[in-house]
Amino acid sequence: MKTPVVLTVSQLNTYIKSVIDSDGNLSNVYVCAEISNLADRHVSGHFYMTLKDGASSIKAVMFRNAAQRLKFRPENGMSVIARGRISVFERDGLYQLYIDDMQPDGLGALNLAFEQLKRKLEAEGLFNSDRKKPIPKYPAVIGVITSATGAAVKDILHILSRRFPVAQVVLCPVQVQGAAAAAQIAAAVKLFNSGPFADVLIVSRGGGSIEDLWAFNEEIVARAVAASTIPVISAVGHETDYTICDFVADLRAPTPSAAAELAVPDKAEQQSYLYSLRFRCRNAAENRIREHRARLEQLTASPSLASPLTAVNIGRQNLDAILSVMRYKLDAVIGSETKRLSGLSGKLDAMSPLKVLSRGYAIALYPGGSVIKDAASVKKGSEVDVRLAKGILRCAVKDIVSTKPKAGEK
Amino acid sequence: MKKLSYEAAIKKLEDIVRALEEGNHPLEDALKLFEEGTKLAAFCNAYLDNAEQKITELTLADAEESSDEQ
Repeated sequence: MKTPVVLTVSQLNTYIKSVIDSDGNLSNVYVCAEISNLADRHVSGHFYMTLKDGASSIKAVMFRNAAQRLKFRPENGMSVIARGRISVFERDGLYQLYIDDMQPDGLGALNLAFEQLKRKLEAEGLFNSDRKKPIPKYPAVIGVITSATGAAVKDILHILSRRFPVAQVVLCPVQVQGAAAAAQIAAAVKLFNSGPFADVLIVSRGGGSIEDLWAFNEEIVARAVAASTIPVISAVGHETDYTICDFVADLRAPTPSAAAELAVPDKAEQQSYLYSLRFRCRNAAENRIREHRARLEQLTASPSLASPLTAVNIGRQNLDAILSVMRYKLDAVIGSETKRLSGLSGKLDAMSPLKVLSRGYAIALYPGGSVIKDAASVKKGSEVDVRLAKGILRCAVKDIVSTKPKAGEK
Repeated sequence: MKKLSYEAAIKKLEDIVRALEEGNHPLEDALKLFEEGTKLAAFCNAYLDNAEQKITELTLADAEESSDEQ
């Protein structure tokens, strides 16, 4: 009979662990379960949870390295398929699932990842309209990030060359699906920005399944587009497909063709717009000239400019008027003076000594011409003149008769 | 005229047309504006008439090379 071996608990747990670890069936298992008791250790980055189905449960842990690779955030009640190995936590004698990878169960897996990333970026404000950069109206260089072989690139180049061949196109070919796609798309966006090598970017892919379009739902693409200083137009899949890239981009186009339409103006429209500008420019200039000419004409038509002599003439007219008034007044003065003068001379005439002579009187004059009033003043034998009304008598004085003054006379 | 982007030229032309249409300028300035507007319009026209679309490629390999250098 064998002696029973007595083990310590540690020894027992170590042994159990070694048995379980050596079982190939348990080293890589897929478990379909519902998450409960989820503990998200922010400090360590590890996830601890209980996976259960209707009847049973098992403890599970997902260490930080694995947890970081998750495309979604585990939540309680979520159905998942977890892949990992079974091992033992010796201290507690606890066997549990060490999860390497985990997917949400069912068809909604990608949708869930999409919704979660969308919520996260939205919360960060990456979709805010105030972050959206305006798309330049007349880009000189258009960067196109898409597959070199897809339908999208053909559609885009076709539209660009039809609408606005003036603009240069810089094509950066990338894989648009598969494992490398997201990193390449992100790298291409960064590459264009390192120049910058374009005025606007079109990030695009033709239609496909949600899996085909998945690269455009990856965070790395979203971050690159959000960080782009060049405005980005996103056009992924068909009109009904929305990707994270669409939300982050400055403008979403429903299709690759539409993206090209939105990226450039139409050359013909531009030409007619330009024509209208030229027309308006000429018209406005002509109107200005016409206005100035009208103003000039108005000025030259004013009398003072029409003839420089006008002012002089006006002055002369005034002067004439004044002169004629003066002349009139002067005439009046002269007239009245003339009348007065003839009145006076009439009187004067009546008093003239010559008039007395005509009545038969005579005047005796000394030879010098002065009047003789006293006979005594004349010597006998001297000559005197006697003036008559007509003519003069030259007389010799024969005798002097003095008339005695009458009484009372002197 | 300095080397001008189409966008800048169109914008300037639009400004000139607006200024001319407002008509607050002395005639000499208006004529200068008109002259400049005519030149801008000619520049824009030539720009639009110019060109077969030029298509070049930028490859991610270039990016790797350049980032290696850093």
